[in-house]
Amino acid sequence: MAEIELHGTWPSPYSYRVLWALKLKGIPYEYVEEDLSNKSPLLLQYNPVHKKIPVLVHGGKPICESMIILEYLDETWPQNPLLPSDPYERAVVRFWVKFIEDKGPSAWVVFRTSGEEQEKAVKDSLEMLKTIEEHALGEKKYFGGDKIGMVDIACSGIAHWLQVIEEVVGIKILEPHKFPRLHAWTKTFKEAPIIKDNLPNQDEMLVFFKQAREKLLASA
Amino acid sequence: MEKPRSEVVLYGTWASAYCTRVQLALKLKGIAYEYVEEDLTNKSESLLHYNPVHKKVPVLVHKGKPIAESLVILEYIDDCWNNSPNLLPLDPYQRAKVRFWANFYDQKIIPSSYAVVLSKGKEQENAIKEFNELLTVLEEGIEKDFSTKFPFNGEREALGFLDIVVGAHACNYRALEEAVAVVVEPKEHPAFLSWVTKLKEYPLMKETLPPHDKLAARMRERFSLAPKRNIATL
Repeated sequence: MAEIELHGTWPSPYSYRVLWALKLKGIPYEYVEEDLSNKSPLLLQYNPVHKKIPVLVHGGKPICESMIILEYLDETWPQNPLLPSDPYERAVVRFWVKFIEDKGPSAWVVFRTSGEEQEKAVKDSLEMLKTIEEHALGEKKYFGGDKIGMVDIACSGIAHWLQVIEEVVGIKILEPHKFPRLHAWTKTFKEAPIIKDNLPNQDEMLVFFKQAREKLLASA
Repeated sequence: MEKPRSEVVLYGTWASAYCTRVQLALKLKGIAYEYVEEDLTNKSESLLHYNPVHKKVPVLVHKGKPIAESLVILEYIDDCWNNSPNLLPLDPYQRAKVRFWANFYDQKIIPSSYAVVLSKGKEQENAIKEFNELLTVLEEGIEKDFSTKFPFNGEREALGFLDIVVGAHACNYRALEEAVAVVVEPKEHPAFLSWVTKLKEYPLMKETLPPHDKLAARMRERFSLAPKRNIATL
């Protein structure tokens, strides 16, 4: 068994959060692709509570929940820190991480639903983006300042997956003129060295998520 | 705005478990603070200024700079005042486990308890069943993940992160049961109840928790008459 294993799935933004953190810190790891339609006994053993990916396994010990994994990585491998060193700035980062964890999923509700439920989810998503644009990003290049930090990684769904959701459901949410700073950030983030070489192919994601949505609506 | 306050100010409400958490942490660390009771039906300018995103309590203001969200505040307190006792363990893997269960409690157990109080009849029966199932997951998970037996603070003198996160909310369960319905099946959860009972006896917890009768009366007023309530004003 490798010292560090990342159990994930290729279309998952949560998987990528951990992958980027590992690469940004130069931590060698082995990647294990999980099949969520047929969960492996190992995954169920490593994450019995949620049965989800990503799971980081370090020396046989599993850590679950992507943002908790990131804190673990930052504490265990301090090089290229994802969190600032000042306690107050760290609190601000953790506030925004919590915000995106709580509010971010509304975009996935847009993906999974239709009609009134979807309309409400679109509204929630717009509110979420507005708050981030106005209060979290400001005039900075990255949420982390002049380099990528934990909030950038947490918000990556907005940078790369939201477009896919928008195309699949046919609703534009992140409109450049409405969210100029956030829009600029999505470009900057995706052009950053480690990120741009480690993004799931958007065409492949389109196919995957289109099929997934069709299945969801058919069984609804 | 009004005159400048003390170096550490906590904006809160007496009935809120999230606020109790912060008070416990501040007191454990021996941090002097000023407490400001908010009226959530008439939020102060200060609160709206310090927490424009959520407009909620608790908010901790340290030297004029605000921090919101109870778990974020607890981590800040531990970070900033790194004197003993430590709220979080020092080992990164232990910290990850503590954070995992704190998140689980907030994302699963607390919403489930709201579902119980906000429903009636058959719906409430189902909510109670789900709540107990989640409690089992919590009990089994904590027993598996941590070597100290219940109560969690077995080897230590002081409360730890999970004692604070869970205790501030769970220690009030009797008030909730008096007001609404019996929620925790004692035979199903002896470990959890033993932990909560020990926590309730802890002097700091006793002096910081809201008074039982007052809380039960408040819960009766809010929950036992009309099931659909604005829980933001708790």
